[in-house]
Amino acid sequence: MSKSREAPASARPLILAALAAGAIVAAGALLPTSGRATEATGAIRTAATTDGAHPDLPTGLGLGRAAAPEEIAGWDIDVRPDGIGLPEGRGSVLEGEEIYVMQCAVCHGDFGESAGRWPMLAGGSGTLDSHDPVKTVGSYWPYASTLIDYIYRAMPYGNAQSLSANELYAVSAYVLYLNDVILDEDFELSHENYADIRLENEANFFPDDREAAEAHFWREPCMESCLPGTAEITMRARALDVTPEPGQGPTVD
Amino acid sequence: MSKDEAETGAREGASRRGFLRAGLAAGGAALLGGKAVAQTAAGDPANLPPNVADWSRYLGEGVAVRAYGRPSEHESHVIRRDVEWLTASRESSVSFTPLHELDGPITPNGLCFERHHGGIAELNPQDYRLVLHGLVDRELVFTLDDIKRMPRVNRAHFAECAANSGMEWRGAQLNGCQFTHGMIHCVMYTGVPLRVLLAEAGVKPTAKWLLLEGADASGMTRSLPMEKALDDCLVAYRMNGEMLRPENGYPVRMVVPGWEANMWVKWLRRIEVGDEPWYHREETSKYTDLLENGTARKFTFVMDAKSVITSPSPQAPINHGRGFTVISGLAWSGRGAISGVDVSLDGGRNWRPARLDGPVWGKALTRFYYELDWDGSPLLLQSRARDETGYVQPTKNELRAVRGLNSIYHNNGIQTWHVTAAGEVENVEVS
Repeated sequence: MSKSREAPASARPLILAALAAGAIVAAGALLPTSGRATEATGAIRTAATTDGAHPDLPTGLGLGRAAAPEEIAGWDIDVRPDGIGLPEGRGSVLEGEEIYVMQCAVCHGDFGESAGRWPMLAGGSGTLDSHDPVKTVGSYWPYASTLIDYIYRAMPYGNAQSLSANELYAVSAYVLYLNDVILDEDFELSHENYADIRLENEANFFPDDREAAEAHFWREPCMESCLPGTAEITMRARALDVTPEPGQGPTVD
Repeated sequence: MSKDEAETGAREGASRRGFLRAGLAAGGAALLGGKAVAQTAAGDPANLPPNVADWSRYLGEGVAVRAYGRPSEHESHVIRRDVEWLTASRESSVSFTPLHELDGPITPNGLCFERHHGGIAELNPQDYRLVLHGLVDRELVFTLDDIKRMPRVNRAHFAECAANSGMEWRGAQLNGCQFTHGMIHCVMYTGVPLRVLLAEAGVKPTAKWLLLEGADASGMTRSLPMEKALDDCLVAYRMNGEMLRPENGYPVRMVVPGWEANMWVKWLRRIEVGDEPWYHREETSKYTDLLENGTARKFTFVMDAKSVITSPSPQAPINHGRGFTVISGLAWSGRGAISGVDVSLDGGRNWRPARLDGPVWGKALTRFYYELDWDGSPLLLQSRARDETGYVQPTKNELRAVRGLNSIYHNNGIQTWHVTAAGEVENVEVS
């Protein structure tokens, strides 16, 4: 399959990946070590097939062929928060309502409130710090781009990639209207203004901070008399008894 | 012969043999089908010494009758299970690995938990294509044959769903380690280091992130930092030697060692190289971890050190009464190799080191044992994993103190099993 490449593979020098990759080493080596390894560690661990470090492997193989622009265009439908990837099109809240009622409401409810256990799309504003947070497009999602990207690639459930670009903007506009992000039902979204939409929860996400916020989990383990008194049972699965019969509980969608 | 034809042939062979054997064993104990299964619990004295069992007299099935072998019918309970109320549809749902019935570090392919968002994509390998494009010197299309021609490596790694144990954030809920910890598997993957593929295309200096995309109807996408891509990620096509199972991404999936399994994109069809993350649904709406104050962590990639005692456990009670007892369990860490596991019998007051046995690979399941002479008194069993970075598995309450109750993902808190004097086991939490 290398016929479209300039040179046959056999004529190319093989380059060692390790040289190209520079100082990349096993992830474990980048982390602090405790120097407290138990007797089991050093004795049993087999070096050759552990962790991530890969041997020096040949690259520049001449495998694969050039991708044609139209091939990439057919599959590259992703959209980023800065608007890169938005398809050309436009649609209004009112146009979106019609499509939503036909294609989406059976699962997500007429107003994004959800039917049964299908995902809620609207509501829940101000609940994120409560005992029962309601995480929807309006209350939780950081970027409107995720909405149009996800509808484009995966919705309607069971008939993905079936909406036209204009329908995508219209449905997205309607969902944003249900979430009070767009207030005017005549408002028209398009590839020209979509990236200007801002959602209220954007600022409330931050990168993984476990190594700082949970630094106390890197510690010397207690072995004897670690807690006072005797342990008392505080919760029992049998009291709930939902294993694995149908019932109500948290979702993992 | 297709797999279905082979299975049909095997069944027909069995029933023909059954007819013959039933005829030969006049008035005898035919050991077939449901009858044999029904007799498993009690056993059959006719098979015990000094008697000679049928299987010691008559010929069994010949070679290749079982063209693709299956477990003994007496192991038919060792299967994936699901919990219907967890999800709205079976096509975007999860099934659980029967950890309580397994041993060693490797998961059999047919028992690896499933997590799909648009059902199982059934790809024809002839029609498989992987497109690699974006901030590269050469935008490329690979066939499966291209990928199989590349230099390959073998690595055993665990794939743990970020939501594994997620139903337990608010307390003990599901009664069995299959359900509380079974969104995990560990197999030996064969694949091409992602950096070998990237070298074919030539990554531009501005490239910082990759988008991984699946070919299924959910169009699964995740953003992957370039540093990880160049480190230990694999584009894998085999598990435990054979080609991937359809439900595990046949013919090609991502292996992202130590990181949440949502990123292990199955049916991998496209890798885009870019300068920013994409913030798609699976890294904004999902796989972000809500804290008590309403803010949320994003890009919580690593799965922290964790362990669970798989036997005894609610689905694997102690049936033998008091006496010598083997406690068996699994430990793993996304930050590297397990350096040790401690076991407590008294709900975390006192701990003893367990014995690691078998290979201790980095970012892989590690088997541990703790043997004791059980005197029949109730136990509050716990296990606590430690990894080579010095991380010690926390209690659930220690996690809740940092995160609250609504994180959904990344629950690696210590599990407690209450063993009663009768040997029954329950999922509990203790003070």
